[in-house]
Amino acid sequence: MAFESLTEKLQNVFRALRGKGRLSEEDVKSALKDVKMALLEADVNFKVVKQFISNVTERAVGQDVMEGLNPGQMIVKIVNEELTSIMGSEVTDLTFRPGKEVTVFMLCGLQGAGKTTAAAKLATRLKLKSKKTLLVACDIYRPAAIDQLKRNGEKAETEVFALGTDVKPAKIAKEAYDYAVKNAFNVVILDTAGRLHIDDSMMDELKEIKAAVDVHETLLVVDAMTGQDAVNVATEFNEKVGIDGVILSKADGDTRGGAALSVKAVTGKPILFASNGEKLNDMEPFYPDRMANRILGMGDVLTLIDKVQAANEERDVQKDAEMAKRLKKGKFDFNDYLESMKQMKKLGGFASILSMLPGMGIKAGDLDSDEAELKLKRTEAIVLSMTKQERENPKLMSPQRKFRIAKGAGVDISEVNRFIKQFEQSQKMMKQFPGMMGKFGGKKGRFPF
Amino acid sequence: MAETEKVKEKTGFFEKLKNGLSKTRKGMMSGLNAVFHGFSEIDDDFYEEIEEMLVMGDVGVKTSGEIIEELKKAIKENKIKEPMGARELLCNMLKEKMAVPGDAYDFENQKSVIMIVGVNGVGKTTTVGKLAGRMKENGKKVLVAAADTFRAAANEQLTEWSKRAGVDIISSGEGTDPASVVFDAVNAAKARKTDVLLCDTAGRLHNKKNLMEELRKMNKVVDREYPDAHRETWVVLDATTGQNAINQAREFDSVADLNGIVLTKMDGTAKGGIAIAVMNELNIPVKYIGVGEGIDDLERFNPEEFVDALFINEEE
Repeated sequence: MAFESLTEKLQNVFRALRGKGRLSEEDVKSALKDVKMALLEADVNFKVVKQFISNVTERAVGQDVMEGLNPGQMIVKIVNEELTSIMGSEVTDLTFRPGKEVTVFMLCGLQGAGKTTAAAKLATRLKLKSKKTLLVACDIYRPAAIDQLKRNGEKAETEVFALGTDVKPAKIAKEAYDYAVKNAFNVVILDTAGRLHIDDSMMDELKEIKAAVDVHETLLVVDAMTGQDAVNVATEFNEKVGIDGVILSKADGDTRGGAALSVKAVTGKPILFASNGEKLNDMEPFYPDRMANRILGMGDVLTLIDKVQAANEERDVQKDAEMAKRLKKGKFDFNDYLESMKQMKKLGGFASILSMLPGMGIKAGDLDSDEAELKLKRTEAIVLSMTKQERENPKLMSPQRKFRIAKGAGVDISEVNRFIKQFEQSQKMMKQFPGMMGKFGGKKGRFPF
Repeated sequence: MAETEKVKEKTGFFEKLKNGLSKTRKGMMSGLNAVFHGFSEIDDDFYEEIEEMLVMGDVGVKTSGEIIEELKKAIKENKIKEPMGARELLCNMLKEKMAVPGDAYDFENQKSVIMIVGVNGVGKTTTVGKLAGRMKENGKKVLVAAADTFRAAANEQLTEWSKRAGVDIISSGEGTDPASVVFDAVNAAKARKTDVLLCDTAGRLHNKKNLMEELRKMNKVVDREYPDAHRETWVVLDATTGQNAINQAREFDSVADLNGIVLTKMDGTAKGGIAIAVMNELNIPVKYIGVGEGIDDLERFNPEEFVDALFINEEE
């Protein structure tokens, strides 16, 4: 998870701070020096850091701190507030044209920032919002860029518009727009070629596209791992082409992600999404305040709650109700188990849930998430190797059946035994605490993972 | 294809480097020059300003601090009083730090297998294409392997590059096991008596364990199938990347024993200072730099010219 290392650093700084009863001016200054170093190492732009530190110092040294009952907490609060004020405090979402008008989004950025992937992820998102989206291949330079978009379009089940590599991008955009209007599309996403912000002729190309079609929002895709140069890139794109927002890509690396802070601070343009995985649904809205919290190690429970809600929206209410009923009676079977595992996957798997919980932020790095996911996969294989009858009636299990299941799942028989034992235990447990289910899953009835 | 349309003037190495680096120079070192010219004596503020400039050039807090300490020591030892004298010292220090070992390009004279690794979007496929073109031009028999079976159309991208470079390619469908592509490629290289086999691999974030294991597996295949080949693994780093590049290099090194770095996208405003940090912390030499999208836009890394170009005054 991005920002993790920065979180660790700041937590260490504040741990030292928390241990003290009262803070002297030197304490504040030395703590902030560490914060400064942490931010610089996180690739936050130098000028942004300077401004940040001077703001915090101004507020922390003197009155604010002297009057506070817990000076350490006071500094945490100020750092957090200043961080939030840089990042912006509101979530920004895409806006759309009214009624049946076609909304055009243009993605731009440096080479390798992840525009094509972001375009497909955006299309996937918009599909959930029931928007009919057209992906447009405006990258006529990079070999096979069009193929890549087409392939991603297939995966995202979204139509791709391409005119090959011999047509000017502005013309492609225009024809795509006309096509979209004629065929009642809601949204057009223009995937443009990667370009350097100092390449004037290439920057002009973006202006030409903007002149040819009415671009509703221009989105700059920025690699979360970008260094000090992020501000130059963002500033140039903003000044030359005009951007309306930013998509932060590759936020799932171990980068400290200071670029996010810098870009917002320097351009004033909001970060709309953070892209954090290889799969097409690995893109989340960017919550500036939560991100500030995450940096300070307060976890990101809110993101988790949102994910749970989104997963819930897709659920079959009736099926859930039936499952809850069976759960309360302690009569759930392997089918229910499989179903609840599916739910968890929708939440983004083990590691992603753990890392969002407060206090887990640091540990998530140590946690062998691959190992955990693997274990889950094996468990799933065990259940999938059972017959219909066995899944519905866990009591059927005999040694012969277990042996067959182990073979089918490609695991050791001891693993099957262990799993079934655990299953029986939780079955018993749930019978004993029917109230727990109400609390945990509400009407929906979820396993208490 | 626009690249072929864009008629590139054949420029000399130094010109190209200078053009590619001119933005770097403007970004970081013009600031540095201002520092050298702006101070009449060497004091704490002077050091602090240099350090700030280095940090702004992505050299990183740690390496910048170390460079400053070294510089202080050298200034004391050499009894230097003038800021311009300090400039020369710093220049030489950086050159020394960035020196490429003498055997860095020995692979050219042996049967070699070179794995190209790196995170997503740094320019691995483009680098493989350019390297293939370059080596082919030097009279080598080159084979490229499209072991990026993950990214959509990566295969097609490399195929296009192999056409431009005029070299053979071994590839397989999307989603196949990349180790099997490597297996086929290694055996093809042996059978065809290829000089250099270049393996393009899928971009992977270095903190994804499974993908790093996959890389290990590919290396094992080469070890087993082609034990007498000269082996190199190069990590491609984007010059725009910040401090994370150190983590990237470190993680890839722990899995695949890196012998070199290809620093791409040096034609932007990125300061490229991260190369200094990586070299300082991990001692992995930069072998090539990428300065554009054309097949010729890849050059051997020359620390002398790299540092000199960084320090040239803005005259034009």
